[in-house]
Amino acid sequence: MAAKKDKINDFVIRFANVNGTGSASANFLFTKAIFRMGIPVTPKNIFPSNIQGLPTWYEVRVNEKGYLGRREGIDLIVAVNPQSMLNDVKSVRSGGYFLYDNSKPLHSEFIREDINYLGIPLMQMCNEAYTDARQRQLFKNIIYVGALAALFNIEFAVLEELLAEQFKGKEKLIPANVKALKLGVDYVHANFKYPLEFRVERRDLLKDMIMMEGNAACGLGAVYAGATVAAWYPITPSTSVVEAFMDYSDEFRLDKITGKRNVAIVQAEDELAAIGMVIGANWNGARSFTATSGPGVSLMNEFLGLAYFAEIPTVLVDVQRTGPSTGMPTRTQQSDIMEAAYASHGDTKHVLLFPSTPKECFDSMLDAFDLSEQLQTPIIVMTDLDLGMNDHVSPPLTFDDKREYKRGKVLDAEALEKIEKFGRYLDIDKDGITYRTIPATHPSKGSFFTRGTSRDEYATYTEDSAAYQRNMDRLIRKWNTAKAMVPAPQLYQKKNESKNGILFFGTSEYAAVEAMDILKEEKIVVDAIRLKSFPFTKEVEAFVNSHDKIFVIEQNRDAQMRSLLMIEMGAEPKKLVSVLNYDGMPITADNILNQIKANLGSAKTVVAKVAAPKASTKKVVKKVTASKGSTKKVVKKAAPKKSSVAKKAAPPKESSRTKKVAKKVAKKKVALKKVALKKPIKKAAKKVVSKKKVIASKGSIRSKKSNSKKASKRRK
Amino acid sequence: MTYIRPKFRHPELPKNELGYSVDYYEGALSTLCAGCGHDSISAGIIQAAYEMNIEPHKLAKLSGIGCSSKTPAYFLSNSHGFNSVHGRMPSVATGANLANRDLIYFGVSGDGDTASIGMGQFVHAIRRGLNMTYIVMNNGCYGLTKGQDSATADQGSKNKTGHVNLFESIDLASLAIELGATFVAQSFSGDKSQMVPLIKAAMNHPGFAFINVISPCVTFNNNMGSTKSYDYVRQHVEATATVDFVPKMKEISVEYGKGTHKQVVMHDGSVIQLHKLSEDWDPLNRQSAMNAVLNAKAKNEILTGLLYVNPDAHDLHHMIQTSDRPLNIMTKEELCPGSEILKEINEGLR
Repeated sequence: MAAKKDKINDFVIRFANVNGTGSASANFLFTKAIFRMGIPVTPKNIFPSNIQGLPTWYEVRVNEKGYLGRREGIDLIVAVNPQSMLNDVKSVRSGGYFLYDNSKPLHSEFIREDINYLGIPLMQMCNEAYTDARQRQLFKNIIYVGALAALFNIEFAVLEELLAEQFKGKEKLIPANVKALKLGVDYVHANFKYPLEFRVERRDLLKDMIMMEGNAACGLGAVYAGATVAAWYPITPSTSVVEAFMDYSDEFRLDKITGKRNVAIVQAEDELAAIGMVIGANWNGARSFTATSGPGVSLMNEFLGLAYFAEIPTVLVDVQRTGPSTGMPTRTQQSDIMEAAYASHGDTKHVLLFPSTPKECFDSMLDAFDLSEQLQTPIIVMTDLDLGMNDHVSPPLTFDDKREYKRGKVLDAEALEKIEKFGRYLDIDKDGITYRTIPATHPSKGSFFTRGTSRDEYATYTEDSAAYQRNMDRLIRKWNTAKAMVPAPQLYQKKNESKNGILFFGTSEYAAVEAMDILKEEKIVVDAIRLKSFPFTKEVEAFVNSHDKIFVIEQNRDAQMRSLLMIEMGAEPKKLVSVLNYDGMPITADNILNQIKANLGSAKTVVAKVAAPKASTKKVVKKVTASKGSTKKVVKKAAPKKSSVAKKAAPPKESSRTKKVAKKVAKKKVALKKVALKKPIKKAAKKVVSKKKVIASKGSIRSKKSNSKKASKRRK
Repeated sequence: MTYIRPKFRHPELPKNELGYSVDYYEGALSTLCAGCGHDSISAGIIQAAYEMNIEPHKLAKLSGIGCSSKTPAYFLSNSHGFNSVHGRMPSVATGANLANRDLIYFGVSGDGDTASIGMGQFVHAIRRGLNMTYIVMNNGCYGLTKGQDSATADQGSKNKTGHVNLFESIDLASLAIELGATFVAQSFSGDKSQMVPLIKAAMNHPGFAFINVISPCVTFNNNMGSTKSYDYVRQHVEATATVDFVPKMKEISVEYGKGTHKQVVMHDGSVIQLHKLSEDWDPLNRQSAMNAVLNAKAKNEILTGLLYVNPDAHDLHHMIQTSDRPLNIMTKEELCPGSEILKEINEGLR
C-alpha cells in the first residue's frame, strides 16, 4: 500500500457499548496496549446516568504529536449496541469504518455508501467457543479487541502481557481471554485487508509517563498529604475520589496485625454533614477532606461560609459536572467557578486550585492541605468529570520525602506558656493570618470559642461595628497574603510575542495547546497562560495587562472565569473575548480555533459571535477543516470503497469450527448486499450523513459506580 | 441578663481531686433571659464537670444555633468551644471526635436545632453511636425569633400569643431509644438534683448519651395553656427513679430500700444507682423503656430520669476500627507512604 495514504498513530476510535456488559475492561485493554507501545493515547468515557442497559461510549484518540484533547471525527466505530446504532452509523466520518456484529444481518437503515463495513459475527463466534452465558457476553468484547489489534497492528504480545498482569493470581482465566483475542485476530486475517491505512506503530514517546484517572490521583494525594479523616456523600463524578482514598488507605493506613486504621472514613447522610465533619476534624487538628460535585457544593455553601469566617482549614475536591441543578450528571463542565469562588452568603471568597493532569491532581492535594492549614480557610480543588473519571496520560507522580506538612500557625503548649493572653484573632504578624490552638493543648491556656458570629480579637462575641469591620478587613489582608502563596500560572512563552493571548485552565489545556500550535502553523501567533489558582497572582495580572485581546477559554455558558477576571482584577471587559464550550463534552481544538478565527477574522462582530458561539461555530467547522487541507481531504481519497474491504485471499488456517464461522459470515455478507440492494442506498446515506449525533442520558443520578480500577492494580 | 456574677469567691471553696474549685468550671456571663431554664442546665453541667474531676481542656463543647446553643459560652471557659451552624452540631462533633477519640464531647442543642433543622444529623449521629453527650434544652418554642412553635410543642399547647399548636409533637427521648441510642434520659431544668447525676453518667457513657431536658422558656412559653411552662411541667413530672452516679473506684455510699434498688455497672466499673419508683420498667430493656415513655405520655405525664441504658455500648471508633492513638497527633512518618512506594505505584500505572 502506498505510504502517503497511511496515517500512523493518528486516529479516533469510538466504542458503542451497552452499559454493564463488561466492555469497560476490554476497551481499557485496547487503550492500554497502545499506551504500552509508547504512543500517546487518550480515552474518554461517555456514559449514561445508569448502571445497566443504556448506551455508553468510549472514545479513544491516538495522536503521535501528543495532543490528548478530544477530537471530532470518528475514524472507526465499534458498534455493538443496537440501541444506539443508528446514531453510531451517522457519527462515523465519511470514509471511516463501521465494525459491527454481523451474526444477524444489518438493517438497511444502517447502510451508508461513504463508509466501510467490517462485519464480524461476534455473537456467533462466542456461542460456539464458550458455553457459559456470562462468558459469551464478556468475550464478545475481547474478540473485537483482538480484531482491532489485527486491524491496527497492535502487538499481540503486548495484549498478552496486559492480560497476564490483569489476571495475576487468577491465571486460569488467561487462556480463555487469549483465545478470544485470537479469534478476533484470526477472523480479521481471514476476512479483511489488514492493517488499515490508519494504524499504530511502536514509538518511544511516553518515556516514564503514567496513565491514571484524576480522581484516583486526588485520593492518593490525600493519603500522601496525611489526611486522616474523610467524610463524603456519594455523587457522580466525585465518588471515586474517596473510593480511591479508601483503597489506598487499606494499603497504607491499615495495621495488618491489629486491624486498626490510621484513618477514619465516614459516609455521611448528606453533603452538609460531610463538610461539617471535615470542618470538625480540621478544627480538632486532623487533616480532613471531602469530595463532591456541583450539587454538593450548593449544599455545602453554608458550612463553607462558616469555615471562611471562623477560619477553619477545610479541603474540598469539586469534580465538576454539567449543571445547573442535576443537569447532565455524567457529562463534564467547568461551571462551578463562580459558585466555588464566592460560596456562601455575606462577603466570602475562597481559594481555588485548577489541576490539569493526574499529576497535578496529586500535587494539588498536597498543596491544598498545606494551604488550608497555613491560611486557615477552605481550599477547593476544582477538577472535572473529564479529568476525574477518564484515564489520562500524565507525568509520573512525585513526592519529595523532605517535604514536611505545613501545619501553619498552630500554638503548642510551650508556645502558649510564653504568651500572657492568647488572642485567637490577633493579627500579630500583620499578614492577616492569626494563631490558632487545637483542643487539649494546654490545661489552662489557649481555649477559645469558635463561632460563626462576629467576635473580637479574643474570640469573644461582639456586635461592635468597628470590631466587625476590623475582622473583615483582616480577612482581606489574609486574601492578599494568599496571592503570593497559591501556585503561579503556567506561561507558554518566555516573553510576549503577540498582542493577543489565550487564557485557560483545567482540562481545557489539552485542546487549547493544540489549537495554539495549529494557529502557529498558520502564522497566527498568540501568547498563552494557564491559570492554576484563584486568587489571581501577579503573573496573571501582568499577562492580562500586557495584551490587547485575550481569549478566555472555558467550558461553561456564562464565561465565569472571565467574570472573575473582571471582578477581581478589574480587567477590561472588551478585551476579554470568550471562547466557550458547554455541551457537556470535553472541548476540542477545532472548536477553539473556529471561535478564535471567527473573532480575528472580523473584529467588529466579536460580541455577536461570542454571544452565540454555537451558531457561528458549525459553519466555520467545514471551512476550517477544508482549509486545513491535509487530514480530512486525504482521508476521503484514501478511504477504500466498501467493496475493497474484501475477503483476503489467504485461507483460514484454524480449526474447522472457524472455517464454519467464516463460511456463515460469507453468507451473511451476501445477505447484507442483497438487503442493501433492495433499497436505494444513496438516498438512505444522504439522509443520515448530515444529522447530528444525539447522546441520551437518563435514569438514576447519583450512584453511577466509577470504572476506576482498584488501587490494588498498582502492583503488577 | 440573668445576673451579675460577683468576681469574689470564698477563698476556701472546696476543691475537687484536680485541685479546682467549682468556679474554674464556670463560663462567661449568660445573656439569656432572667429565669431561663437553660441557665439552670448550664449550672448543672458546671457542677457535674466539677464533681467528675474533668480536666476542662480535655472536653470539647459544641452547639448549633439558638438560645440553647449559646450556652456553651456560659460554662467551662477553659474548654474549647464550637458554636457551629443551625442544626449541624452533630456533624461537627463527629468530625472532631474522629480527629481525637480521647476527649469528652459535649453537645448542646435545642428543640428547633435538633427536632427540625437538625433532625437528619441528630438521627445519624445516634445511628453511628458517636461517643458524645447530647443535651437538648427543650422549651417547645423558638426563643430567639420570639416564640414560634417548635416541633416538640405538644398538640393543643397554647403559646403566649394564644396560638394553639395543631400538629403532633416529636418525642425526642423515644426517638433516641428507637434509633439505638445507648443512653437515654429525660429531666427537668428545675430539678438539679436529678439532672446532675444524669449528666455525670452521660459523660461517662462510652457511646451516644442523650438527655432531653424540659427547660421552660420564661419569656415566650411560660403561659397558661402551655405544656412546657414551669407550672405545667412541675405538675406533670413523673420520675422513673432517683438517680445517683458513682464513678469507678468510689465506695457506694447511698442506701436504698430493697426491691426497688437497681445498680447498673458500666464498662469501666462505675455504677449508676437507681431507686426505682415504677415496678414495671427495666432500664436495661429497650422495649420496656419505650413502653414506659409511651405510657407516661398517654397519661399526660413527663417521665424523667434514666430511661434506657446499655452498659455494653460501642462507639463509632470501635465500629470503624480506628487506631487507639488519636488521629490528630499522627505525624508524616506514620501517615505518608513516601517516594519509594510512589515509584512502585507509578510503575503499576504504566
